[in-house]
Amino acid sequence: MLVLSGIAVVILGFALRFNPLLVVTLAGIATGLAAGFDPVAVVAMLGKAFAENRFIAVAWLVLPVIGLLERGGIRERARTLIVKLRGATAGRVLTSYFVIRQLTATLGLTSLGGHVQMVRPLIAPMAEAAAEKTAPLDGETRDLIRANAAAVDNIAVFFGEDVFIAIGSILLIRGFLEQYGISVTPAHIALWAIPTAILAFVVHAIRLRLLDRRLARRKTVAE
Amino acid sequence: MIGLEALYILVGGMFAAFAASHALDRSNPKRWRSAVFWGCFAVVMLAGSWLPHLASGVLVLVMVVLATMGLSPGKDVTTEEAAREASANTLRNRLFLPALAIPAITLAGTLLLPVVRSGGAPLVDPKQVTLVSLAVGALVGLSLALRLLRTGLATAAAEGRRLVDAIGWAAVLPQMLAALGGIFAAAGVGKVVAGLATGYIPMTLPLVAVVVYTTGMALFTVIMGNAFAAFPVMTAGIGLPLIVGKFGGDPVIMSALGMLSGFCGTLLTPMAANFNIVPAAVLELKDRNAVIKVQAPTAFFLLFANTALMAAFVFHR
Repeated sequence: MLVLSGIAVVILGFALRFNPLLVVTLAGIATGLAAGFDPVAVVAMLGKAFAENRFIAVAWLVLPVIGLLERGGIRERARTLIVKLRGATAGRVLTSYFVIRQLTATLGLTSLGGHVQMVRPLIAPMAEAAAEKTAPLDGETRDLIRANAAAVDNIAVFFGEDVFIAIGSILLIRGFLEQYGISVTPAHIALWAIPTAILAFVVHAIRLRLLDRRLARRKTVAE
Repeated sequence: MIGLEALYILVGGMFAAFAASHALDRSNPKRWRSAVFWGCFAVVMLAGSWLPHLASGVLVLVMVVLATMGLSPGKDVTTEEAAREASANTLRNRLFLPALAIPAITLAGTLLLPVVRSGGAPLVDPKQVTLVSLAVGALVGLSLALRLLRTGLATAAAEGRRLVDAIGWAAVLPQMLAALGGIFAAAGVGKVVAGLATGYIPMTLPLVAVVVYTTGMALFTVIMGNAFAAFPVMTAGIGLPLIVGKFGGDPVIMSALGMLSGFCGTLLTPMAANFNIVPAAVLELKDRNAVIKVQAPTAFFLLFANTALMAAFVFHR
């Protein structure tokens, strides 16, 4: 039971809005100590686990490219394209991105997207520009549109990738069931991801239409 | 053979450049915070494989202390909005090419690199093809962007630093969470939580077992930040013995929908930093939970839908 102290630290720390990096580190230390390791061993455990997970940082290699392109005006260019496009709204821009992201994910192309590569330089500026066509954006509305852009990137890929038979989660399910002597085909697992994939699109597309309505109301209030 | 070590040198070198750029920034009296933070990270990236674990751990603790104090990066050197506007008008759609080259090359590399061999051995470590492809994509994108903007690596480092300053300590949070996951596993946290769920909820009805399994997947993912960590624990604890064993449900339908229920949890938790906290930092949002708040209604609906689908179909063979 004592090993759960780490979870308590996490819940309390996030609830009190401490720095997440501090919260997570303290949770690790608390868990290690509760499991009976001495403090020096716990710090070494932390260092070992941090070093073992360095592969996660490889994704940051795109930072210089995206930074350079922003300097070159990629966000401004993305905005210009949307301003020229008649009928573009924030919701429609994001729904289109949802469709592209989900369909490519069902083909296993999960790298076609991402918050640093796609959302920040392209998708968020496009959605913001579309919303600005009706009325200028205040900081709060801009943040709302950006948060929606990030959410679309997540939801579309989560509920798209499981339709692809060679994705990590399907391989995990298959490997796990095999340990228990249940042999299954990846295609069968993938098949059962399709209903949720369709529902995810329908529900989120409706919510994006509601976002558009909310943004349009903002205009009438402004007038 | 090109593997993770080569990538770590590349990433470590990049963060070392960011650290150096901070150290040289004399206009910022607090420049050492950022310089030491990114410097420690660069050292762990470069030397993590042979550094004593305790040394890596101490470097990590130094980073945490600095992040808690606040990194206070100095002003970033970049161009004005007018200059960007002008640049956008001359470069036009060519600006998109380097950005699109990254996923295109990542994909091509993932498909082609496994068959490239040098001197009888594979050129790239077969287990790391995706990451190596991503790195190659980033490098090709970088060289295209440098040519397009007619500038040098120093500008690339400055612009990269501008982005990493905007993201701040959140950039290392996913790695720290993965480390926490490792410690949780070593301490056996998952088994204790699953024991609590199975021990205290009476599951005499198939529907109750389904509801406990799907919400358990979501809740456990919220705590651990990762559906992959929740799946084996919940499926071994509740799914297989009860839904499949006791009530005769279909393991495939159960597993597929169970995993997707876990994904609903991923949308709801700051513990899934890569998806929820990092983008809030990347997009420079005031509220670090803004992305989670937007995702919550969809996540709850889909959790309900997964539960309903499982209840309707899992017991009909």
